[in-house]
Amino acid sequence: MTTLGRGFLMLVLVFLYAPIVVMIAMAFNTSELYTLPIVPTLHWFEALSVNDKLLNASRNSVLIALVTAVLATAIGGLASLALARRSFRGRSLLQLLLLPPIAIPWLITGTAMLVFFFWTGIGRGLHAMIIGHVALAIPYVVLVVGTGLKTLRADLEEAAMSLGSTPIHAFFSITLPLLAPSLIAAALFAFAVSLDQFVVSYFLATPGVSTLPVEIYSSIRKGFTPEINAISTILLVSSATLFLVFAVLTKMGGEGERR
Amino acid sequence: MTSAGAASPPRSQRARQGLSTAGLLLPAYGWLLLAVFLPLGAMFIFSFLKTTPFGSSKPLVFTIQNYLAFVNRPYLVDVAWTSLQLGFWTTGLCALIGLPAALALSRATKGRFRQVVFLLTILPFWTNGLVRIFSWTMLLREGGIIDALLHLVVPGAGSISLLYSFPAIVIGLVHAYLPYMILTCYLAVDSIEDGLIDAARSLGARAPTVFATVILPLALPGLISGSILIFVPVIGSFMEPRILGGRIGVTMGTVVEDQFTQAYNWPLGSALSFSMLAVVLVIFAIFSRALRGRMLDA
Repeated sequence: MTTLGRGFLMLVLVFLYAPIVVMIAMAFNTSELYTLPIVPTLHWFEALSVNDKLLNASRNSVLIALVTAVLATAIGGLASLALARRSFRGRSLLQLLLLPPIAIPWLITGTAMLVFFFWTGIGRGLHAMIIGHVALAIPYVVLVVGTGLKTLRADLEEAAMSLGSTPIHAFFSITLPLLAPSLIAAALFAFAVSLDQFVVSYFLATPGVSTLPVEIYSSIRKGFTPEINAISTILLVSSATLFLVFAVLTKMGGEGERR
Repeated sequence: MTSAGAASPPRSQRARQGLSTAGLLLPAYGWLLLAVFLPLGAMFIFSFLKTTPFGSSKPLVFTIQNYLAFVNRPYLVDVAWTSLQLGFWTTGLCALIGLPAALALSRATKGRFRQVVFLLTILPFWTNGLVRIFSWTMLLREGGIIDALLHLVVPGAGSISLLYSFPAIVIGLVHAYLPYMILTCYLAVDSIEDGLIDAARSLGARAPTVFATVILPLALPGLISGSILIFVPVIGSFMEPRILGGRIGVTMGTVVEDQFTQAYNWPLGSALSFSMLAVVLVIFAIFSRALRGRMLDA
């Protein structure tokens, strides 16, 4: 039974990684037409280094993701403090209101932002994409930080205050340091959500200001070059690193031992 | 003394606490209001407009014509049906692969090995979805990598060119969303006590019976939340059908995209978006009722 189960898991992993392996292999393959056998080259990475359009889009992507990570973590972190530690009327309604950004198809959210931003004169571009990405990331941040707060005992803070500390001092000296891993994990999550976000960016990008996923989409439709595989490989390596940091910080995957 | 104070703080302190709670919440919900809820409201109004109002000084004319699109443009019914089928196939296949994978992960692995497999399962989330979908075109197209591998094993075999077909879109979507199902099912399945399964076995139940009477009911919440997480975005997908479906990849998602980026008929696009949202909400309602019924039974 165990062998069968493991075999099945391996098959699933092969399925999940097949296109990723192809992407990496083709980034190092000479042929532009994705033919086998693979003749190794670094040509596409060199071509990438002078491709201003892709590099600009990548810079925008990273910039937006950084701003999103900082803003969403700060804003979402404050909200999760209130949601986890205070009891007030309407709390469950507010928690319910975090669902639409996750549960409504991004196509609908994205087109709605386009309509509204156009109507109100907010317009499209970098700032519009940041507004959109932060909104999509806030619910995830509240979720991650809220889980962190749940495992953090409130009485530590109360103990500090009963010993004469002010609430603000207790927050900065007790709660914040203990919560730091959750906050970092939330920021990484927000960063990843923003970096890979395509649909909302697609509707809010302008021809001059776009992000990497938007550029990839338009080049897939116009004529794909392996440079895209090259930059995706770079992205994969960097996001896999981020992901591993995230996994270590949140102890994802459990401690590993069954009862 | 502190506990008595915490139970009923003086009035001024309570007011201050209320004020600070509001202050903590205001940035987040203000932001969501600006970026999600007001836009949805604006798009709802928009869906009743006769024409896109930008660039003209004509007064706004309201109509419900956009919502009658399914009556006036019968091909949209076919398109909606295609989207629903994509949703059902993708969700169904994800469940058929995801639940056994979650079971295997929870029952057939342990220790470090399990952690590694678990992390590998969700790592693809952190890579660019578009590029993953595009990689499938290299695998699936005629003379592509699957063909090449097939010819290595069986020289002279025909070609399985799946690209630009309904199955190709389903493969891409299953690939994109399978980790959701594995994750939600794993969370449900992993909390089943070993003793429960041992008890069923010792009472003479065979594997299929154990699965049907013990594991499946307990895994159901995971199965349902996974299905919602998959079905909803698949209904609105447009990038996967475009890239893997080519000319046959016309879905509600691609029609809406066209209305916003090609035809500039934003009111029609808005109405179609809201029709889609209505379908999503109906499905939410059905599932949540089913889920609640189940939990009351237990």
